Amino acid sequence: MNQPDDSAILSRPRYGVLTPVEANYHLFVADDSGGDAIVAFAQSVSDNFFDNAEIIYVVSDPAKHSKTLEALEALNCPRLYTGPSLEAALPRMGASLDRMRMGTQVYLSGSESLLGLATMTAMEAGLDYQALQTEHKGSLARRVQCVHCKGITSDVTTQPAECSHCGLLLLVRDHYSRRYAAFQGVNINAEDPTDVPEKEETFL
Amino acid sequence: MSMNKLDVVVTDVVTVNSLIKRFHFARADGQPLPAFSGGAHVVVEMQDGDTLRRTPYSLMSSPLDTSDYQISIRRDDEGRGGSLFMHKHVEAGMTMRLGYPANLFSLDKRSPKQLMFAGGIGITPFLAQSQQLIATNGDFELHYSARNAELAAYGPELTQSIGHRLHMYYDDQEQRIDFDGLLSSQPAGTHLYVCGPAPMIEHVLKRSVALGWPASHVHYEHFSKAPPGEMFTVELQASNKTVEVGKNQSLLEAIEAAGVDAPYLCRGGACGQCETDVVECDGTLLHEDHWLEDDERASSKKIMPCVSRFKGQRLVLDR
Repeated sequence: MNQPDDSAILSRPRYGVLTPVEANYHLFVADDSGGDAIVAFAQSVSDNFFDNAEIIYVVSDPAKHSKTLEALEALNCPRLYTGPSLEAALPRMGASLDRMRMGTQVYLSGSESLLGLATMTAMEAGLDYQALQTEHKGSLARRVQCVHCKGITSDVTTQPAECSHCGLLLLVRDHYSRRYAAFQGVNINAEDPTDVPEKEETFL
Repeated sequence: MSMNKLDVVVTDVVTVNSLIKRFHFARADGQPLPAFSGGAHVVVEMQDGDTLRRTPYSLMSSPLDTSDYQISIRRDDEGRGGSLFMHKHVEAGMTMRLGYPANLFSLDKRSPKQLMFAGGIGITPFLAQSQQLIATNGDFELHYSARNAELAAYGPELTQSIGHRLHMYYDDQEQRIDFDGLLSSQPAGTHLYVCGPAPMIEHVLKRSVALGWPASHVHYEHFSKAPPGEMFTVELQASNKTVEVGKNQSLLEAIEAAGVDAPYLCRGGACGQCETDVVECDGTLLHEDHWLEDDERASSKKIMPCVSRFKGQRLVLDR
């Protein structure tokens, strides 16, 4: 499997485990099982830690993650937002960051897409990588940028994968762009388009 | 290390207040001086009798002006004599040599806002930086604390040039910079710069960590002054020489005086250029730099000869 630590490509992001640090304010953004990372994190902080925090939780299937939702509500964070889509949550995250002051620590947990896109949002708001932590939970599905047409395809789980824009069959590389929050996809059969390698479910 | 040097003429010496003099330099050949960026320093060479001193000073003049370099020097009666030499012996018309400007305290130009804390003579790099920021329309605020209004050497001038961006604090009026308040109220992306007495720098660094500032956004400059100390002997293994280090001489100066070409850049324990391996140490290294990590200091395997000294039986360096 394509776990982060296996890669020889330096740009392939590596993730850690959310750890409390001293900060003025704490902003959490998570999706689905990423919520469990916040719950686990909460074990090691004081009772009033979340008074000075905000949680944005994207949950695709509330029934499936009902226990996580309950545990997050039990943290008594005065600003807990839950919603069904990352597309709606990211502008909310951006607006929160615009209000925040230096000394904010951002904690991201969840799918690779969430980690990448929320990191991009934090960078656009002027945050430093040192003020941001990531923990991977759940899906390895990738955002892939086709290096030929530049189109971005979301939720790519197979190797190779088709570009949803130009239709080329792409080898999904570990080569990662932080600016686009996307892995690079390169045509796998340019010399002989009739040579179509079998797809494997690599990024589940 | 043979570095390119600038032959300059002292064009003016201005008494700023009871402790500070300002020195102006132009190139001896009349050509423009090299361009520099705000926060840069030059190493000034002083031929003080038999001793060649080289001391770093921040350039305080506008980076937009390549006809006139300015430095301000606070007289230090307890030091090894560099500032006293400049105060007593340097006059307009003299020729001197400077190193090329180097910058260990430059502005991060990606930042939407710069927050600056200056203490006392630590104002000098900010004078250059604020001119650069005014010219490039950069957002900044400068908090400048001094013992009293008389010693706040450049307060009036800064009020003229940067206006509301300047905030003055006088110790004798019990005015203090509200570090915590300021560190807690800056927009995301702000970079912090601090230059002043060591306790002020240490306090700001500590508070910035506690208030969640990433280290990459925190910049400080503190040139250690090589302190005077007891005489000691050093063996230079690579050059096969034994050298005496005098009371008012730094280890690096003693190495240079023996004709050994040693690397340096800042001569203030900040840049890391002069880091030297210790081959043998029967005694205690007296570290004075800001460069080595704590474990390196404790190992007695490294020394920064520009500021640090030695006390003990035998010291052998790989130089």
